Amino acid sequence: MAKAKLMDFDKALELFEPVLGFEVHVELSTKTKMFSDAPNYFGGEPNTNITPVDLGLPGSLPVVNGEAVRYSISLGLALGCSIAESSRFARKNYFYPDLAKNYQISQFDEPIAFGGSVDVELPDGRLFTVPIERAHMEEDAGKLTHVGGATGRIQGAEYSLVDYNRAGVPLVEIVTDIIYGAEADAPELAKAYVSTIRDIVVSLGISEARMERGNLRCDANISLRPRTAPGEPPAKLGTRTETKNVNSLRSVERAIRYEIQRQAQILADGGTITQETRHWHEDTGTTSAGRPKSDADDYRYFPEPDLLPVQPSAELIEELRAALPEPPAARRRRLKQEWGFTDLEFQDVQNAGLLVEVAETVAAGASPQAARKWWSGEISRLANARDAEAASLVSPADVAALVSLIDSGALNDRLARQVLEGVIDGEGTPQEVVDARGLAVVSDDGALIAAIDEALAAQPDVLAKIRDGKVQAAGAVIGAVMKAMKGQADAARVRELVLERAGAS
Amino acid sequence: MSEITQEQVAHLANLARIALTPQEIESLTSELGSIVDNVAKVSEVATDDVPATSHPIPLVNVYRDDVPGATLTTEQALAGAPDHDGSRFRVTAILGEEQ
Repeated sequence: MAKAKLMDFDKALELFEPVLGFEVHVELSTKTKMFSDAPNYFGGEPNTNITPVDLGLPGSLPVVNGEAVRYSISLGLALGCSIAESSRFARKNYFYPDLAKNYQISQFDEPIAFGGSVDVELPDGRLFTVPIERAHMEEDAGKLTHVGGATGRIQGAEYSLVDYNRAGVPLVEIVTDIIYGAEADAPELAKAYVSTIRDIVVSLGISEARMERGNLRCDANISLRPRTAPGEPPAKLGTRTETKNVNSLRSVERAIRYEIQRQAQILADGGTITQETRHWHEDTGTTSAGRPKSDADDYRYFPEPDLLPVQPSAELIEELRAALPEPPAARRRRLKQEWGFTDLEFQDVQNAGLLVEVAETVAAGASPQAARKWWSGEISRLANARDAEAASLVSPADVAALVSLIDSGALNDRLARQVLEGVIDGEGTPQEVVDARGLAVVSDDGALIAAIDEALAAQPDVLAKIRDGKVQAAGAVIGAVMKAMKGQADAARVRELVLERAGAS
Repeated sequence: MSEITQEQVAHLANLARIALTPQEIESLTSELGSIVDNVAKVSEVATDDVPATSHPIPLVNVYRDDVPGATLTTEQALAGAPDHDGSRFRVTAILGEEQ
């Protein structure tokens, strides 16, 4: 394959305006499939999670999964869409063995949700509003493995093996309107958009949203149109390409950047863009030509005669609307402000996936800085050491209780770390660990004073220095006292007492 | 008379993967034309306040609970397959593009 010539990105932006559109497929995490009661699970042994419906066997009939409809309505609402009073399913006819029926049940002229928008945050914090044309329900297809081709791909394959476990898994396809005005931010916008969709479906709890597992898949449409002089009407939209199966956030960004540079060079050289699908290659960071638009794209849609219209009641829609979580972007902004974190502190927490944990710890009474310190610090360190998720080790309530024990002076940081390990090892709540291990700091001044007097007597030179006003010399005495107390003392209190005793004796 | 053409019939037959002889295309063009004409008569009596109908029974929102049921065993699933490898259906190499 000849390597495509690429125009410099900035140069391409000078000559052309990128026009975008995205189709994102989201696999819903219902317990069963869209139209059959087979488990919605496609790992494991091939062709085990299937029913006659999933194989399209004669006499089998699809029945809509009510939970998938509710998930789809919630997603539509979260995308700012209107929910159709009446929507219906349609057959999309095509011949390919990834579906045994020779058609996919989808929605065509009457999608369940339409006309929304999503605010997407660009890396520099600006918001870009992406218009949503529609979100519709459909079923996923089975998985093909091509055998005999040199690369395991379809070209040169001798035969293909089909596993229908994924066939019938509920999908929502989210289709944007044409997106204008992204300009040089187009690659970042693409990434931020898919990331936002992922955040939304995760916050709704309706999808695992793991891109590497194909729970969330993005097809990226892009075309370029030449810039015109001010005052002139805009040029006609250029021919678009659709880059398929871009399955990481980073790839979405790279694929858009690549296509802008590739198309710009072709157009600048006087060539034309072929309307076609393109395949993204993660390893080389390039796209290659796939299937051109053709007769095969005539899917002969018609209303699915085996299924009835979906007409959600206004009550159901309002119930689902009331249960919507705060939009992720708005939530992030609110929390950052409420917590008073710096950009860096907030990004650390967010990138570590600890926003929820910190928020719940704060809700349980800890200060935001203390919650951040424990989650990003010691808990993350222990999680790393144990090869576990930080969130799985300890509950926000226990972290808040730990912070409260520190704040009250019952624990110092060193002891608190021991208590934390005890909690993680299942010894109980922080207070129970403190009691069981006898870890509380010694708050009995009498015991402290005895230890201090002993230490001062043992180090008369230090005592003299303190009396001369060299307060920093007290460190040696404090160290000795902490050691004598086996660390179970509040260092600040010890310091106070040392100065007091040194002055008084 | 309807405007079904032989080109449309050939196109549809191709999409539906149905091999037709020129004679069959000719006779089907005429037959499909008659069917379309007959169906068009319904439009003449349907007034504007009659919505298009895709289903004859006035039922909506027929849903299933999201509860897993019985599945086929792999043996059952593959029982009718022309070819398989013991766990997966085996099909001839597909020309063209991955969907």
